[in-house]
Amino acid sequence: MHNATIKSLSVDLAARKVSSVELTRHFLKRINALKDRYNCFITVDEATSLEQAKAADALRATGRGQPLTGIPIAQKDIFCSKGWLTTCGSRMLSNFVAPYDAHVIERFNSAGAVNIGKTNMDEFAMGSSSETSYYGPVRNPWNTETVPGGSSGGSAAAVAARLTPGATGTDTGGSIRQPAALSGICGLKPTYGLVSRYGMIAFASSLDQGGPMARTAEDLALLMNVMADFDTRDSTSLEREREDYTRELAKPLTGMRIGLPKEFFAAGAAAGVMKAVDVAIAQYRKLGCETVEVSLPNMKLSVPVYYVLAPAEASSNLARYDGVRYGYRAPEYTDLTDLYKKTRGQGFGAEVKRRILIGTYVLSHGYYDAYYIQAQKIRRLIARDFTEAFKRCDVIMGPTSPTTAFRLGEKVADPVQMYLNDIYTIPANLAGLPGMSIPCGFDEKNLPVGLQIVGNYFAEAKMLQAAHQYQLATDWHQRMPAGID
Amino acid sequence: MALKLDDVKRVAHLARVAIDEAEAQAVLSQINDVFKLIAEMQAVDTREVAPMSHALDVVQRLREDTVTEADQHALFQSVAPQVEGGLYLVPKVIE
Repeated sequence: MHNATIKSLSVDLAARKVSSVELTRHFLKRINALKDRYNCFITVDEATSLEQAKAADALRATGRGQPLTGIPIAQKDIFCSKGWLTTCGSRMLSNFVAPYDAHVIERFNSAGAVNIGKTNMDEFAMGSSSETSYYGPVRNPWNTETVPGGSSGGSAAAVAARLTPGATGTDTGGSIRQPAALSGICGLKPTYGLVSRYGMIAFASSLDQGGPMARTAEDLALLMNVMADFDTRDSTSLEREREDYTRELAKPLTGMRIGLPKEFFAAGAAAGVMKAVDVAIAQYRKLGCETVEVSLPNMKLSVPVYYVLAPAEASSNLARYDGVRYGYRAPEYTDLTDLYKKTRGQGFGAEVKRRILIGTYVLSHGYYDAYYIQAQKIRRLIARDFTEAFKRCDVIMGPTSPTTAFRLGEKVADPVQMYLNDIYTIPANLAGLPGMSIPCGFDEKNLPVGLQIVGNYFAEAKMLQAAHQYQLATDWHQRMPAGID
Repeated sequence: MALKLDDVKRVAHLARVAIDEAEAQAVLSQINDVFKLIAEMQAVDTREVAPMSHALDVVQRLREDTVTEADQHALFQSVAPQVEGGLYLVPKVIE
């Protein structure tokens, strides 16, 4: 049952072959047996999950079930969920029981999905390894001595270990795609503005976007049908006609033009990664696609640009954690300034503090033009590179991450090495484009490799089609880590 | 250009983050490594380029000036560290 896709579980639920209560009990049992091995959940609330499952079964019985009614979904602990501890992986929010639901949570609730638990993550989504969490590092089901990627590493590990059929993530610089790649699952970062960020704890607001994580492209499409929704409470939410993201899945790929940016294929990624990606591209040619070389000449600047813009926005967004209105408050202080400083000094972890300091510096008097404005200008150049590239192709493909999963602790002491992990994923965030990662093979250490697909604005259905057709012809997405049955 | 220890302390004060001497020392070299990476931006001529502050060119939505939120202050204050009579309590700021 835990190896079934959301799609097939949905069919079984509709046919009454299984109930949501049975399904939910099954996954809860697995979570209890395996969650300590991977440390992928921060909160599990069996009673609430089972209550939701009972309600879903009742809804199905009235004939008003939707595709996700009764399906267990794990929620990244960045989405406020009413009555649930919502920590964002931080000591600062370690006592924060959300008094309201994020829009994404409301959408899953109204679809009748079951919240199966809140997943571990890098603190405030700042990281590429899920090691900066106040709740300890997440471990990769493919090799528990390695990281699952981050920041949505708890969601990625939970899906990979078959502890949930699907999960949510958020992606500011690669936080859905990179953990999907390192954990051997699928993840989609939609076009900026498609998924409401109301109740999604903010990191860098001009880049943050929520999206689905699952084991197949078809399942991502089903999750997108629920997650993408116009919401007046998020001022960046886009008012568009509702889309059915499954509509293109069955169409063959004949004639699809795949752009291969030469910068993605230049030296830089590990040999085992490039080999798997090259084999995947060859498979796409067999499926009838044409490939064209394109160029993203400013891609190498995307990491420096990101590490100005994201910390700058984070330093502003995280100013709200003051120990006054919610969250952690230092136990001892002398005056109000001392309360703020001690609360923030104790409540934030090292990586978060580092980024707040960098962000405060680049926004401070005398440095704003040289850093922040210059970064925004180069951001435009990077976005223009994509506009040019998409004149010649339908989708862009390349590696998701330069390496497969690295060892726990390997990059923690060297932030720059950690940051360079996101070289292939950051450009899509800067441009606001949709990007996804799907499994496309393994390296010599038997660790999964991710193929990245970047589409033009609102091209999610086409990207999902490309991914689904590939998954009909290959079985990388069905491979399972050893030792999880 | 490298930051000095005093820069780290000044920025930490601006950001209202308590940081002790050892932590400031440790963070200094890491931040300077990050700024070496960031310095790669400075070589690019961007005089003719407009800053991009947002991923999509959209205009701010406006709405009717009507009340859309119900009063939920008791619920929202239920997660606050210290509240009395509907007010958030902080150390005395006016003598």
